[in-house]
Amino acid sequence: MKIFVPIKRVVDYNVKIRVKSDGSAVELANVKMSINPFDEIAIEEAVRLKESGKASEIIVVTIGPEKAQEQIRTAMAIGADRGILVKTDAPIDLGGVEPLGVAKTLKALIEKEKPDLVIMGKQSIDDDSNQSGQMLAALLGWAQGTFASKLDIDGDKITVTREVDGGLETLELSSPAIITTDLRLNEPRYAKLPDIMKAKKKQLDIIEPSELGVDYTARLEIINVSEPEQRSAGIKVASVDALIDKLKNEAKVI
Amino acid sequence: MSILIVAEHDNTNIKSATLSTIGAAMQIGGDIDILVAGSNCDEAASAAAQIAGISKIIKADAPHLEHQSAEELAPIIVDLASNYSHILTPATTFGKNILPRAAALLDVQQISDIISVESPDTFKRPVYAGNAIATVRSSDSIKLITVRTTTFDAPNASGGNASVEDYSVGKALNLSKFVKQEFSVSERPELTSAKIVVSGGRGVGSKENFKIIEALADKLGAAIGASRAAVDAEFVPNDYQVGQTGKIVAPDLYIAIGISGAIQHLAGMKDSKVIVAINKDEDAPIFSIADYGLVADLFDVVPELEGKL
Ligand SMILES: Cc1cc2nc3c(=O)[nH]c(=O)nc-3n(C[C@H](O)[C@H](O)[C@H](O)COP(=O)(O)OP(=O)(O)OC[C@H]3O[C@@H](n4cnc5c(N)ncnc54)[C@H](O)[C@@H]3O)c2cc1C
Repeated sequence: MKIFVPIKRVVDYNVKIRVKSDGSAVELANVKMSINPFDEIAIEEAVRLKESGKASEIIVVTIGPEKAQEQIRTAMAIGADRGILVKTDAPIDLGGVEPLGVAKTLKALIEKEKPDLVIMGKQSIDDDSNQSGQMLAALLGWAQGTFASKLDIDGDKITVTREVDGGLETLELSSPAIITTDLRLNEPRYAKLPDIMKAKKKQLDIIEPSELGVDYTARLEIINVSEPEQRSAGIKVASVDALIDKLKNEAKVI
Repeated sequence: MSILIVAEHDNTNIKSATLSTIGAAMQIGGDIDILVAGSNCDEAASAAAQIAGISKIIKADAPHLEHQSAEELAPIIVDLASNYSHILTPATTFGKNILPRAAALLDVQQISDIISVESPDTFKRPVYAGNAIATVRSSDSIKLITVRTTTFDAPNASGGNASVEDYSVGKALNLSKFVKQEFSVSERPELTSAKIVVSGGRGVGSKENFKIIEALADKLGAAIGASRAAVDAEFVPNDYQVGQTGKIVAPDLYIAIGISGAIQHLAGMKDSKVIVAINKDEDAPIFSIADYGLVADLFDVVPELEGKL
């Protein structure tokens, strides 16, 4: 079984982002970039399937700038076999490559590579759209198992447990399928130094969007990006009695 | 303009998230229809017809729609789309699962999680865990939108008298098969619509210790929430998670107990009216957004608070 793992280069989740003063975008210069955390979970899941003998090859794909090769190499150090960078200078967070463009790109690649399963993050922590996996499933006419916290593969049978608002839902999907990962699917490992060295030798192909017949003209024009309203710190209360008094008499919420 | 709302329901009742979504549609303006797709969903369709301000209910009733899978629902939305300028669902796991599938089939770039309507084609949405707000204008001829339900007022759930029309449902695609659901059952109010939420984090320490959070919540008639760390550690089920990638809440009162206040957690609760933080670390980031902070050991003060209320 061949597994496709689309990943994204995003601002590291520990970084407190800043909005550019001209309100055009979020400042990305000199900011630490990482693999989107949900995509790390996707890579880990694919690697575990390979380790258990269920998968034969893991291909990671990313759409982004030249530098996104760093994220592909990291994924290779964790265990991906091969990488594809669809190179673009369009913004990948806002006002450039959008989920629909991502889905069309992936569809074109999937028609060439013919994987049996796609595992990808449920959302990227920059634009927070939560769309690409569902859109890709639609364009391919495949089943979708979104927000997965458990994945079982038994031959052709794919069983996925999903985190939904009411609790958990388990589905059996026909194969091939798209899985999008939620936080509790697994705990990703850290890449080890020898594996980081080995990753440098793995095959990484760089292609242009035009080779796949896709372009990244944004459908959603970014009119403005602004800071949210800031909430200021209130006061510290000294005791439970003082807290109850404030909640009753000042805030009037109890 | 004419707007289609894809209702979230359980075949009997319409979920409150659907009502807030209608609130957003009313700000866009125009006729509003509701699609109720399910199995034996007459009751849900009648409930939808009672909502004030709705023109028409479209009922798609078939056994294979019982669990409202994206694969089966998306083609129905696509089929109806040509009659509408906007199609809206709540930004819940229901809406997030189905709407992008329909959007891709329509070749539309969906707008996720809107928090305001600036005009019929321009909307605000939070990005980067709510640390930036993007104003976006859609150039698609039809707008597919998921709505952050905490930011829109719900219309009256009664007083309406919409007609109910039957949609003739096609054959099942059977791409996925429902196996089971394990839903938390609770007498407490629903987390995303509760007036008071009491949340516990890693500081609570164990599933056993979470009982003190439950006792306080019950005294206040509150819903219970949690940080990701508390869910990962299995103190509570996944559906309690509040945050960027969990549930968004905006109650009148949010009490964060043993939660440090990571940006991913704040993203889910910082629009609460009043925030109380209880944490033994006076430098915990949660205090920077709390209206009332109590620096103390939660195991001392939470039972005390519960006892004195
Ligand atoms: C992609 C991604 C998505 C995420 N999504 C979410 C999300 O949706 N929601 C979310 O919550 N997190 C999310 N997180 C995780 C987030 O970054 C934090 O790790 C998490 O919120 C921390 O939970 P916590 O505050 O309970 O734990 P900690 O940060 O460990 O804080 C525990 C707090 O308890 C206090 N404490 C300990 N003992 C006591 C005591 N006896 N009395 C009083 N106080 C005590 C400590 O002082 C500390 O401040 C996400 C992370 C990533 C990478």
